[in-house]
Amino acid sequence: MKLDLITSLYVFMLAAFIGFEVIRRVSPLLHTPLMSLTNALDAIAVVGAIILAGEHKTNLAAILGTIAIVAATSNIVGGFLITDRMLRMFKSSGPKRP
Amino acid sequence: MPTETFIEITYLVATVLFILSLKWLSSPTTARHGVWAGELGMALAIGGTLLYRGIVDYKLVAIGLVLGCIIGVPLGKVAMTAVPQRTALSHAFGALCVTLVGTSEFYLRAPDISPFMMSVLSMEVILGSLTFTGSLMAAGKLQEVLPQRPITYKGQNFVNLGMLALAIAVAAILVMHPEQVKLFPAMIIIPLIFGVMLVIPIGGADMPTVISLLNSYAGLSAAAMGFVLNSKLLIVAGALDGSSGFILSVIMSKAMNRSFTNVLFGGFGQIQAAATGVQEQRAVKSATAEEAAAILAAANKVVIVPGYGMAVAQAQHKVRELFDALTKRGVDVTFGIHPVAGRMPGHMNVLLAEADIPYDKLLDMDAVNGDMAQTDVALVIGANDVTNPAARTDASSPIFGMPILDVDKARTVMVIKRSMAAGFAGIDNPLYYLDQTLMLFGDAKNFVGNIVRELTGAGDHH
Repeated sequence: MKLDLITSLYVFMLAAFIGFEVIRRVSPLLHTPLMSLTNALDAIAVVGAIILAGEHKTNLAAILGTIAIVAATSNIVGGFLITDRMLRMFKSSGPKRP
Repeated sequence: MPTETFIEITYLVATVLFILSLKWLSSPTTARHGVWAGELGMALAIGGTLLYRGIVDYKLVAIGLVLGCIIGVPLGKVAMTAVPQRTALSHAFGALCVTLVGTSEFYLRAPDISPFMMSVLSMEVILGSLTFTGSLMAAGKLQEVLPQRPITYKGQNFVNLGMLALAIAVAAILVMHPEQVKLFPAMIIIPLIFGVMLVIPIGGADMPTVISLLNSYAGLSAAAMGFVLNSKLLIVAGALDGSSGFILSVIMSKAMNRSFTNVLFGGFGQIQAAATGVQEQRAVKSATAEEAAAILAAANKVVIVPGYGMAVAQAQHKVRELFDALTKRGVDVTFGIHPVAGRMPGHMNVLLAEADIPYDKLLDMDAVNGDMAQTDVALVIGANDVTNPAARTDASSPIFGMPILDVDKARTVMVIKRSMAAGFAGIDNPLYYLDQTLMLFGDAKNFVGNIVRELTGAGDHH
């Protein structure tokens, strides 16, 4: 258990570094889609909610888990949809490719 | 292969896809691949989770997923002008999910919770619940269902910090005595109130910073949830979201010349109070649409500086027509976009891209400022403080030190503005009294429309 937490801390630290390096390179042009995309990815929290609702250990956990699934899923669906809609609008003035 | 291993592998692949997703987002040419990678990773991870043997009640899961889609689809189809409030709302949903899962985990495990576990669980629910109400407040202000005016009172920071300290104190007691189950609701309710109080004093122009900050909190709370559930995938996703929000907050606060602690402790909207400068009546020069059109048509290089006023007037499509008319005449037209223009990071870029302006014409502050001295006309539409040269020259100005678009270095400056009223910060803008500045008084959409009409021939009758 103790080892798990240390491993988790390593994972967090490395992911934060990767996050900084990758996101620093995102053009200011795309900061709005960046925010909606990271928001959709963040909604991966749905996996925790699915297990909570699915295991149905107590009624409280099942109900809160189900509400959590609804909240996260709407972020996944809405987040990906709007990010793609925004990115489709960004067109270059260069020669048009089909 | 055992199911557990298979599930872990789907999570691993999803983690890789999430990182690639953000990597591809760095350039508009590959950005849509990023969305596809994210979607694939998400589908894999959810699919893998559904195979988990512990799941006995698929009905509830199905209900949750279907309801989520029903709510999510309209949220993905809102108008581009509503994107800031949609984003704030999605931060609230993400934080709600994290808080509810954290709450359930506490009641399932208490009192058998190790101090470290209880610490991350406390972080999860405190950050989650304050982000939930804070984001709802921000969304309400942006949607204008709540008053947008910042509400401030004496001792505000004291009250806010006191509440935060109280929540942390409750968490500390629970870390030492997780059997004190009765205390747990306090650790949710206090941050819920704190979230409301945190956003109450925030005005519209500070929204980009606040939304970024709430984004960062939402990510950190999700990462904390990853620690609680021992899910590496969630830790990575939360860390990516958290660092993204953090980077954007730093960019936004730098662009407003605020220190990061000032932002962290909710010191928003403090500027207005200090800013009742001298209201001297100086003469300005104004011009008609016809005169403005003639000057623009004679220019070689034009920089358009849009601000939130352009979005309010819904002028972006008329601006596109102006862009087309000038480009057709061989004028080089670019857009200079300040990092905090609009109500969230990148807001202006999305609105102009929606109006079909090619993204390679949308330049950031540094790129535009380098060329400003060679610019014939700088046309300011609905922006004010981000063009105020006092930020560069007047040490007594409240916005002194804030990086601005140096439009005053262009040969001619034209400012479309309803009246001479001061901007968000309540500061007079010396730009308007310069020799080379022409004020174009009127509604942005109508005025730009009139200029376009002059340029495209309707004005050739004289």
